[in-house]
Amino acid sequence: MFENLSLLQLQQYWWMIISLLGGLFVFMLFVQGGQTLLNALSANETEKTMMVNSLGRKWELGFTTLVLFGGALFAAFPLFYSTSFGGAYWVWMAILFCFIIQAVSYEYRIKPNNFFGQKTYEIFLYINGNIGVFLLGVAISTFFSGSEFFIDERNFSYWQNSLRGLEALLNPLNYLLGFALVFLSKILGALYFINNINYQDIQHRAINSIKFNMIAFLIFFLGFLVWVLTKDGFAINETGSIYIQPFKYLFNFLTMPIVLAMFLAGVAMVITAVFMTIRFNKSSCIKTGGMGAVLAVTALLLNVGLNNTAYYPSTFDLQSSLTIMNSSGSHYTLKVMGYVSLMVPFVLGYIVYAWYQMDKTKITKEEIEAPDAHNY
Amino acid sequence: MEETLVDWSRAQFALTSIYHFLFVPLTLGLGFIVAFMETIYVKTGDERWKQITKFWMTLFAINFAIGVATGIIMEFEFGTNWANYSWFVGDIFGAPLAIEGILAFFMESTFFAVMFFGWNKVSKGFHLLSTWLVAIGSNLSALWILVANGWMQHPVGMVFNPDTARNEMSNFWDVILSPVAVSKFLHTIGSGYVIASLFVVGISSWLILKNKDIWMAKKSMIIGATFGFITSLFIIFSGDESAHQVALTQPVKLAAMEGLYEGKKEAGIVAIGMLNPNKTLQNNENAYLFELEIPYILSFLGYHDINAYVPGLKDLVWGNSKQNIMSTEEKIQKGKLAVKAFKEYKNAKHADNHEKANEAKMVLDENMAYFGYGYLKKPEDVVPPVALTFYSFHLMVILGIWFMILFALVLFIVKKREISDYKLILRSALWSIPLGYIAAEAGWIVAEVGRQPWAVQDLMPVGVAVTNISSTNVMITFWLFAVLFTALLIAEIKIMAKQIKLGFEGGH
Repeated sequence: MFENLSLLQLQQYWWMIISLLGGLFVFMLFVQGGQTLLNALSANETEKTMMVNSLGRKWELGFTTLVLFGGALFAAFPLFYSTSFGGAYWVWMAILFCFIIQAVSYEYRIKPNNFFGQKTYEIFLYINGNIGVFLLGVAISTFFSGSEFFIDERNFSYWQNSLRGLEALLNPLNYLLGFALVFLSKILGALYFINNINYQDIQHRAINSIKFNMIAFLIFFLGFLVWVLTKDGFAINETGSIYIQPFKYLFNFLTMPIVLAMFLAGVAMVITAVFMTIRFNKSSCIKTGGMGAVLAVTALLLNVGLNNTAYYPSTFDLQSSLTIMNSSGSHYTLKVMGYVSLMVPFVLGYIVYAWYQMDKTKITKEEIEAPDAHNY
Repeated sequence: MEETLVDWSRAQFALTSIYHFLFVPLTLGLGFIVAFMETIYVKTGDERWKQITKFWMTLFAINFAIGVATGIIMEFEFGTNWANYSWFVGDIFGAPLAIEGILAFFMESTFFAVMFFGWNKVSKGFHLLSTWLVAIGSNLSALWILVANGWMQHPVGMVFNPDTARNEMSNFWDVILSPVAVSKFLHTIGSGYVIASLFVVGISSWLILKNKDIWMAKKSMIIGATFGFITSLFIIFSGDESAHQVALTQPVKLAAMEGLYEGKKEAGIVAIGMLNPNKTLQNNENAYLFELEIPYILSFLGYHDINAYVPGLKDLVWGNSKQNIMSTEEKIQKGKLAVKAFKEYKNAKHADNHEKANEAKMVLDENMAYFGYGYLKKPEDVVPPVALTFYSFHLMVILGIWFMILFALVLFIVKKREISDYKLILRSALWSIPLGYIAAEAGWIVAEVGRQPWAVQDLMPVGVAVTNISSTNVMITFWLFAVLFTALLIAEIKIMAKQIKLGFEGGH
């Protein structure tokens, strides 16, 4: 079936998969968001431990999605992998360090003789949740604002700024998505706790936290939207040349109404989830909110990659900008990987099944305090 | 590319992968050992087996966490530090990494959560299945990353496309079924099984020495020693196949492994020896200060024929017309032709001169197999650090044989005698745990140092593969990794030691 698709169709197919992965990853950032709420939502150690254990059963899925995001980009768009990871060296390294420290923290936090002490591992989780997510948002924001690199005829890339990616922090507009993502992850984290932990005090405090975080999220997210929808974008003409087109991203939404519908539906679902939680004390809104985040982020990534758009623009040399056409794997590889992608529904299926099996019974104080509990 | 940049980038990659591989092997093997134990628990219903399972599972989790922490960087480091490489071969190399994520990592991470937190939440059967799936998932991930590594050692199933300036996959099955990849996979997971067995046998020995939880320690020991004995035989066979593949595809590495400067027929293998530090390609000094050689074995190991000619470093560098071995100088000339033809092709395409482009393409195709040699400065550059490769190889082999003997002894004694009377054996087993790690890292040093200067064998030397970045950046990240990983390792060992001291009854 995949051999019948043209190279362009395969490139679009793979951009859709990458976008979906991006969406799923942002949903899984509820783990990071939850990590930043550990102190704010707990009144004592047991409550904190309940929250850590609630997140601890999920953190690896998010982590793995990030790893897969890297692998899938390598396989499907290797020029992005080489240009961005090699070029924006410090941003990616900083993000990776934030995730390295996350990976040990759950397991080691309350183990006896853990060398750094419990507090340190909790700080690790806090750093991962705030700085890691913020930097991810800033890195994704450069898909719209551009970076400074040059690509030679061998497709070897040369980053033109010695800050190696950290220069993105000099553009305040990149902060908008960074902070929007931080606050979104906090909202999702709180929604997850409300659903996963059967303990009123935590649920109550989580609802309160959402109120502030939602306002903060909306301010940054709307700011981001206004910026992106009114800014010039990086478009591709018939010969493959890149040029600046005013209102490109707004135009993309209007020419791809399905993508726009996804985006609007996603945002509406996040807002609905928050509203239902705050107003009606609903406890299962992580599903609506999470799905909403997946839809909105997927749509945003589709917007920046499809419809003849350069998704990783170079402001140093416009023609070096990356498009899904000039940065992808070969037809053969995309086809092979297309067949591999058929496994994705199966993988999602067993994740959902295991998740359901594990979360049928909510986390309770009794479970955490049980003598034979394997706690984080 | 500046030399210091290449050296720091190599050092960082070596550091991060050596650290990562301190944790991977235990995950590979202990996953199965724990699954065996839980299977016995489910079959017998004996609660003591559940305790055994939980004890080893706790140690598995402590190790797993730091394995994950050190692993994420490996997924991105090809891009961050070897960007040119990532483009040049990303069309082939990226695929196994992505497949690893889809097929293996999610399996591991999903069922890991069930394995640890599902005891009272899911059925016994589903829990057992989850434990098995974690073991299978981690071994599957090893499969894909070793397919990727095998491909760098011996690139197959691709063609060079001058328009995109990269190698493109032409046959997926050639890539994953490459004999180099398959033998590398088998040998590496085998080493993981042996390390995990050493770990289980060693810690059980310590518990017996301390007279703690004897019944459970003995049961663990039997499982560990049985698994260890079988798998140590297996790594000897898979090691033999690996050496055979090295002989066929990377003869320079084989010569370095043996410190063989002059090629010969009926070549023997050095069982124990010391290299002569004054030996160079240019002089005629003896290669060894002393050596104990087992005749014929190298010819047999390399080519499965005791009369086979095994080329030495001198043959491979200077050429040997009698044996039909091309000199490196000639390869460099061919490589330079390929590099030049590639540039001419690009220029001709740019100028829309199809005729010239076709001519250049023909020259390029003819010499493409030597493309990477075009970037080498002198023929000697093709020789890896001989001493490091030689000693690592011999250390690995000697330790491998010791492990087999140890498992056989332990298994015999624990079955037929009273093991607590054999203190020397118990102590040897305990002290063999670090030896297992040393052997595994030595194996990687042979595989990776032994193939220098290549990032991709014959096609791309490390100097071309590296990211264009000032070396200061890489130096800083190198030290950041060194400090962070060392600190985490200390934490891991301290936590692990504490849990072991608590013993089976400690509540895990």
